[in-house]
Amino acid sequence: MAADSKLTKLQRPQAKLQKSSLFRQSLRKLMHNKLAVSGFGVVVFMFVLCFIGPFFSPYTDNKINMAMMNKAPNLTHWLGTDALGRDILTRVMQAGRISLTVGLASMVLSVLLGALLGAIAGYYRGLADQIIMRVADLLMTIPGLPLLFIFGALLSEWKIPTDYRMYIVMLMLSIVNWPGLARMVRGQMLSLREREFMQAAVVLGLRDRRKLFGHLLPNIVPLLIVMATLNIGGAILSESVLSFFGLGVMPPTPTWGNMIDAANNMIDFQDHPWLWIPPGLSIFATVIAINIFGDGLRDVLDPKQKR
Amino acid sequence: MSTYLTKRLLYMLVILFAASLLIFCLYALTPGDFITGNIKLTAERKAELREIYGLNKPVLERYGLWMKDAFHGNFGYSLAQQKPVLQLFSDYIWNSFLLAAVSTFLTWVIAVIVGVISAYKQYSWFDTLVMVAIFAAMSLPSFFIGLFLIKILAVDLKWLPPGGMITTGSNATGLAYLKEVVRHMTLPVVVMVLLGLGSLTRYFRSNMIDVLQQDYIRTARAKGLKERKVLFTHALRNALLPAITLVGFELPALFGGSLIIEQIFNWPGIGQLYMKSFGLRDYPLLMGFTMFIAILTVIGTLLSDILYRVADPRVRL
Repeated sequence: MAADSKLTKLQRPQAKLQKSSLFRQSLRKLMHNKLAVSGFGVVVFMFVLCFIGPFFSPYTDNKINMAMMNKAPNLTHWLGTDALGRDILTRVMQAGRISLTVGLASMVLSVLLGALLGAIAGYYRGLADQIIMRVADLLMTIPGLPLLFIFGALLSEWKIPTDYRMYIVMLMLSIVNWPGLARMVRGQMLSLREREFMQAAVVLGLRDRRKLFGHLLPNIVPLLIVMATLNIGGAILSESVLSFFGLGVMPPTPTWGNMIDAANNMIDFQDHPWLWIPPGLSIFATVIAINIFGDGLRDVLDPKQKR
Repeated sequence: MSTYLTKRLLYMLVILFAASLLIFCLYALTPGDFITGNIKLTAERKAELREIYGLNKPVLERYGLWMKDAFHGNFGYSLAQQKPVLQLFSDYIWNSFLLAAVSTFLTWVIAVIVGVISAYKQYSWFDTLVMVAIFAAMSLPSFFIGLFLIKILAVDLKWLPPGGMITTGSNATGLAYLKEVVRHMTLPVVVMVLLGLGSLTRYFRSNMIDVLQQDYIRTARAKGLKERKVLFTHALRNALLPAITLVGFELPALFGGSLIIEQIFNWPGIGQLYMKSFGLRDYPLLMGFTMFIAILTVIGTLLSDILYRVADPRVRL
């Protein structure tokens, strides 16, 4: 008995070593990159602040309070109040919920669309490739911002309820974003399908679906993770531009972009900077943190593409 | 090469044709037009105007007419400004070009210098600082940084004018005019340089890092060349060469104006013209502008591919 337990004790460190996987290795490497870790910390902080923060605020109901109009930052309202007496800090947090959700959701949509279409184009080639890539070329030819503006104007003309606009904005952003992703995934597919392991898959007589989802896609997952992360920042920026020009998500749904819209009013711009500077800084902080984290991820997951 | 070029040009035309159809349909499908928005007009007058401008015809017929005119060099007639679209473009485009050219030039110069130094001193504190600055520049919301700088430098400190190209009501000429324009364009140029600097500096930095690891750099050092010579004649030239392909991609930005920056700084360029017309639903102008950028993008991409071949003869087109 005693010898047995001794043996397991001896073996234990070995067993621990064998548990190392690609995921663990990458995580360990990532933890060494202090900049990336702090970027991740800021992203988590922003998410926690926006999604949990409002529960601790006494002003979540956004009641109109005429006695507290346009107050500068003070002890009760840390970031001041707006023209309706609403607390800016609470509104920034609530707006962040929408902005972050739009960024995340549109990233998921564009990555799904881009990866799927790119994979199909690269794997099947031929007609499917032609059709998908020509559509991608077409969408990349037309400038993104005017395209988004037209979509935004269409939404306004069709009188889409403001509650739904948020979801359509997500869709719009992914329509503009997927071609770039599809092009990249297709390139990867074209090179992967010529490798030995794919020849083996052909020899084994695997079905297309298994080759695609079991062998090809897992190989581009690291790349996709990196692109997805960097994409969130871009989506948040695009959404804020659209909402700032009144073509994205509209009030009363607050987003960081349409809060900065206050700056379009000369008096608010000059005399009440607390109305529009906090949401702007929130966008900046979030996007820079996401980009730094994404870059750290790239170094770990996709060291070949250092650019 | 020539068969490649013919094929490429044909494909360009097809893509542009498809783009024109898509652009036209998008604008034509948007409900409401320049005439609907005008509340001063009676219903009969509106119908009359629609007749005159041909807005009551079916979409495909209107598209046909639009394309026919476009092939004759007539890109339509702005309804709001009552001028041909092409003439409006030529009125506004040079203001945009001035802004874009100056800021592109400055961006490239700064990006090369900073990128090369930080690559040469990789992992130094300067390099780390540059990397953080690059991320900051890439994460700036363009409209916010514009507003922020106007607020601080123009409104609070009153160092620079907040917008426009010349002071309102000013009729300065000669050197005084030049000075006025330079003062007005400082802020927008600073913002545009800030926005463009991130990715370009990063590009030059990573190019330079790649080149510095090449064998011919070691050879140059082994020969006993001065470090300055190694850096500037051997490394820099090879690091800069691939950037020639980026020139093509700058084309739409150079002539297409910047929607956001021109709007924020009230700069009388083609981007601001677009934003103004957007509110008025002046479709001929909007379609013309979008098509114009699409053409520039396609030409720019072709230019890049050709320059890529010039820079690296190993690339077969």
